[in-house]
Amino acid sequence: MPLLDAKTPDGPIEDRWDDRKFSMKLVNPANKRRFTVIVVGTGLAGASAAASLGELGYRVKAFTYHDSARRAHSIAAQGGINAAKNYRNDGDSVFRLFYDTVKGGDYRSRESNVYRLAQLSLNIIDQCTAQGVPFAREYGGLLANRSFGGAQVSRTFYARGQTGQQLLLGAYQALMRQVHLGTVDLYCHTEMLDVVVEDGRAAGIVTRDLTTGEIASHAGHAVVLATGGYSNVFYLSTNAMKSNVTAAWRAHRRGALFANPCYTQIHPTCIPASDEFQSKLTLMSESLRNDGRIWVPARPGDGRAPDEIPEGERDYYLERRYPAFGNLVPRDVASRAAKREVDGMKGVGPLRNGVYLDLADAADRLGEDTVRERYGNLFDMYERITGENPYRAPMRIYPAVHYTMGGLWVDYDLMTTIPGLYALGEANFSDHGANRLGASALMQGLADGYFIVPYTLGDYLAPQLGETPRPADDPVFRDAEERAASETRRYLSIGGTRSVDWFHRELGKIMWEHCGMERNAGGLREAISDIAALKQEFDADLRVPGDADSLNQSLEKAGRVEDFFGLARLMCLDALRREESCGGHFRIEHQTEDGEARRDDERFAFVAAWGWADDGAPAMHREDLHFEYARPTQRSYK
Amino acid sequence: MDLTLRVWRQRGPLDEGGFETYQAAGVSGDMSFLELLDVVNEQLVTEGREPIAFDHDCREGICGSCGLMIDGRAHGPRASTATCQLHMREFSDGDTIVVEPWRAAAFPIIRDLVVDRTPFDRIIEAGGYISAPTGSAPEANLIPVPKGTSDTAMDAAACIGCAACVAACPNSAAHLFTAAKVVHLNLLPQGQPERWRRVERMVETMEEYFGSCTSHGECEKACPKDISLDNIAVMNRDYLQAKIRNR
Repeated sequence: MPLLDAKTPDGPIEDRWDDRKFSMKLVNPANKRRFTVIVVGTGLAGASAAASLGELGYRVKAFTYHDSARRAHSIAAQGGINAAKNYRNDGDSVFRLFYDTVKGGDYRSRESNVYRLAQLSLNIIDQCTAQGVPFAREYGGLLANRSFGGAQVSRTFYARGQTGQQLLLGAYQALMRQVHLGTVDLYCHTEMLDVVVEDGRAAGIVTRDLTTGEIASHAGHAVVLATGGYSNVFYLSTNAMKSNVTAAWRAHRRGALFANPCYTQIHPTCIPASDEFQSKLTLMSESLRNDGRIWVPARPGDGRAPDEIPEGERDYYLERRYPAFGNLVPRDVASRAAKREVDGMKGVGPLRNGVYLDLADAADRLGEDTVRERYGNLFDMYERITGENPYRAPMRIYPAVHYTMGGLWVDYDLMTTIPGLYALGEANFSDHGANRLGASALMQGLADGYFIVPYTLGDYLAPQLGETPRPADDPVFRDAEERAASETRRYLSIGGTRSVDWFHRELGKIMWEHCGMERNAGGLREAISDIAALKQEFDADLRVPGDADSLNQSLEKAGRVEDFFGLARLMCLDALRREESCGGHFRIEHQTEDGEARRDDERFAFVAAWGWADDGAPAMHREDLHFEYARPTQRSYK
Repeated sequence: MDLTLRVWRQRGPLDEGGFETYQAAGVSGDMSFLELLDVVNEQLVTEGREPIAFDHDCREGICGSCGLMIDGRAHGPRASTATCQLHMREFSDGDTIVVEPWRAAAFPIIRDLVVDRTPFDRIIEAGGYISAPTGSAPEANLIPVPKGTSDTAMDAAACIGCAACVAACPNSAAHLFTAAKVVHLNLLPQGQPERWRRVERMVETMEEYFGSCTSHGECEKACPKDISLDNIAVMNRDYLQAKIRNR
């Protein structure tokens, strides 16, 4: 099995990033404009990278399939962003944030990356505050914090329930400033369809203008993918409708290894599905778990309204099973616990598919005004969706797919296995191991974009000074354009009877059933054959109306769903290969007697990075993980 | 419930458009408005017809992608609610619902219900930022911001850029959108150095694309995020001061 080298620096962990920065080659300020860098995606990672690279003086081309760079799904993050500022004087430190993140990731992440992330968390808060991000404040005018999902210190900074929105708008505004200054060319409504690799290096991308259908090429010295995660492989997830794996997957097709695809995070506090027309699930910030108590009726099948169930007949199962962490256990633990209750016939609501999240005690303790101030917007959202008033009755929640820890394999410099091709944010695999802690995604996206890639890219580019990249009319680009165009034509020509959405929904059902919260070998094998059968049907019976020369949303989706098929298969293969339970990956065969995840550090303390294979068995490469500072223990939240 | 939809269909910016009528049977009150359109589209695809194009993404009322005129009202009948968060329980069996795109000269139709809102990006580009290049920031708590100021800035910063304010305005003015960003940044201590330059550039860019404000207040009513009309007054005051100072 081939081993991967992450090019992690040696030496004490706290010095590694400084040492690496010092060892990197620099590009003279006057020479930066000789380099063209392509950035795909304008979420937190992409917008912050494009803005920062533009500020440095590189010529940046930024791409988004949205109509504006302000719409990426980062905008929907509610709860907050972690930083080891220790403003609360409660014992936080860079080391503690590092330790919590490695432990929270169930010892499947790379120590050096996580330590750097914790270090950079300090700079992120400074940066965003200077941009005018309106973080919550105390009356003295200083920044406020709260504790958040799984943390025993208050290190989460937030802007009401709209932290992602405010951070993204900060990055978007910085990006638009560079657009105005002419350092960044922004291409909206433009989707990346291929990465062009020539002489073993990333040479540019092929795009489709979603408004006109025009397929074009863009050449650059380096390509940065910041294109988010792949939760929508499950069809129903909390991701935005357009979120997809296409950019990462097409890079994978061109040779970039895809790491740990089976690590998906199920978020415990989402609004349960209401009917078969449900198009997506809505997350409610798990900050609600700080003050909310989760319970189900103690008796299976109890159909009484919540206020008719006396205290003694309620089961606050998280507090009961995990006295130390209670309602604040990490996401994977909370999610599986909810599934267990619902599977045990204790589910609540019309479809019996949820558990209660109750803020009545908090309202008594803190007063309704405080609860309203902290969670008012979440309550409003809940009421809009369900038609129920959460000030009167407890909310109903159920887990939903929310985030994917897997992604393109990257080294310490965030470079994929294709030289010159970088992956940032949720699109890479690097920092969260098998499970991401709350308020860490925003941190990682911004660390990658503001503070890592602007340095590491220079090291790659410096030796290329004077080299002209292959122009966009080179045959290598023409071939890639032709391939993209022929795929588009193929979707339009199948002429079957089923819509793209139908196939997406069916694929999602297979994945949720067999590769969701719990997995087992038999189910995964079944899923692999079901996926293959459905894919055959897709190829034969898809119907995409319209043409390729104008806005055609069905056509856009067809390509994305086709890529989800390939990814779904790889996720199942990866889940099958990983014969252990860790973080978001729970194999029924590998659990302790009381039903907790059983990790196998002897055999599986590695990153599984998969090569591309169209049909056959893809090759697995491995990166062994070493834990020198955060020694693996069985996670216990009791 | 059973509903009749009259939906604006238009192939491209230069094509002539018109209403088409669709029937939707067995609609559940728990469906969102966009899920209703999904169902209609599924039906259209099955019949081999082209589905209705509409912008949408997060379906949580935060990305600002969606926006429809529903029975002549931007984002439909429910206050403080974006189209994606509007649920069918707001309607009754037998209703006929008229669905149109945002109508404003600054927003040409791309197709059906999708319009081009790039002038909003131009306004932000003109000055809707605080210049703080990456790496140059001081320690965050060196800049205390009174809680009240911060809260008011956040109220304004909650704008999602959906453009309902423009669609609702009889003059197609973009004052509420522009003011929300001006006020967010001009209130904060970090935003002071560029305060006068920012408001002048943003307002003048806005005026290149959009109509004038005559204080109808329709924008505030249509806003899914309750951005207050007061912001426009603050922006106008700052703009006037800027014109004197910047002279």
